[in-house]
Amino acid sequence: MREIPFWLYLLVCAGVTYLIRMLPLVLMKKKIKNRFLLSFLYYMPYAVLSVMTIPAIFSSTANMVSAAIGFVVAVILAYFEKSLVQVAALSCVAVFIAEYVMKLL
Amino acid sequence: MKNNSFLKGITDGLPICLGYLSVSFAFGIFATESGMTLLQTLLISMTNVTSAGQLAAVPIMAAGGSLAELALAQLVINLRYALMSVSLSQKLDKNVSLFDRFVIAFVNTDEVFAVAAGKEGAVGKRFLYGLILTPYLGWSLGTLIGAGAGQILPTAVTSALGIAIYGMFIAIVIPPAKKSRATALCVLAAIALSCAFSYIPGLNQIPGGFTVIICAVLASALFAALSPISIAEEDENNA
Repeated sequence: MREIPFWLYLLVCAGVTYLIRMLPLVLMKKKIKNRFLLSFLYYMPYAVLSVMTIPAIFSSTANMVSAAIGFVVAVILAYFEKSLVQVAALSCVAVFIAEYVMKLL
Repeated sequence: MKNNSFLKGITDGLPICLGYLSVSFAFGIFATESGMTLLQTLLISMTNVTSAGQLAAVPIMAAGGSLAELALAQLVINLRYALMSVSLSQKLDKNVSLFDRFVIAFVNTDEVFAVAAGKEGAVGKRFLYGLILTPYLGWSLGTLIGAGAGQILPTAVTSALGIAIYGMFIAIVIPPAKKSRATALCVLAAIALSCAFSYIPGLNQIPGGFTVIICAVLASALFAALSPISIAEEDENNA
């Protein structure tokens, strides 16, 4: 069997991904009036981000303890409504410090 | 309220850009270690702009998998973007043309969508172009650096950067959850479902892309039924 060239892989991969994103955005021209649908669309992004974050965040760093510390720091900062950059950057710093301290112990 | 400042878009896009630098950096290392060349790795990032989809695509390409397998994997993992595009279509200002929609769709990532969805009222084209610019550059640049020089950075740094994107997700979710009890409960329901699909034997065999869709649709539909948003809110959103 002949090997599939890279450009064909790339075309299929990018093509499928783009169509999924593009078709609804281009075809949905009317404003939705249905209250259930509007509510569904309001909740959906928060539900998606929550599902993607937990439990995946706990395996996003070298070990679960440093990830948990980064998670707690992010939650506290977000609760006090710090900016997206601050929350993201400081949770990285927390993970870095936590892993450094754990190495010393 | 109308959001149509290019500069405000850039400002809101910067944290996404920073998060992407780290995530795409990790992708760059992963792809080259899987056997892709630097140019191939960069092209994948520049044409797909999706973390989970790309992570799934590389092993299939590297192993010489079928095009059908690749297409199906992308469909399943990225189908959530269809939901986001439907949602975003409702937020677009009248000044967003058909051409703009074709362009914006290309970079309608989880994070770009989340920021746009979090805005009060409609979002205009200037804001959206500002919003997608730096994340796209960050995604491409991070991939290039990761593919080219990933092995140079100490693992302590790459490990810490791994949490960046999740920190940003948390920063997007918590403030609205603080203000609305129903939103908070919806988030908790989504988390409970997500954990169930990660740990319960049988359920954890379902591919990640499906899991995201199933959990998010169940939680959002449940709360749309139990606690629909008020019509006033809706009018405000459409104003």
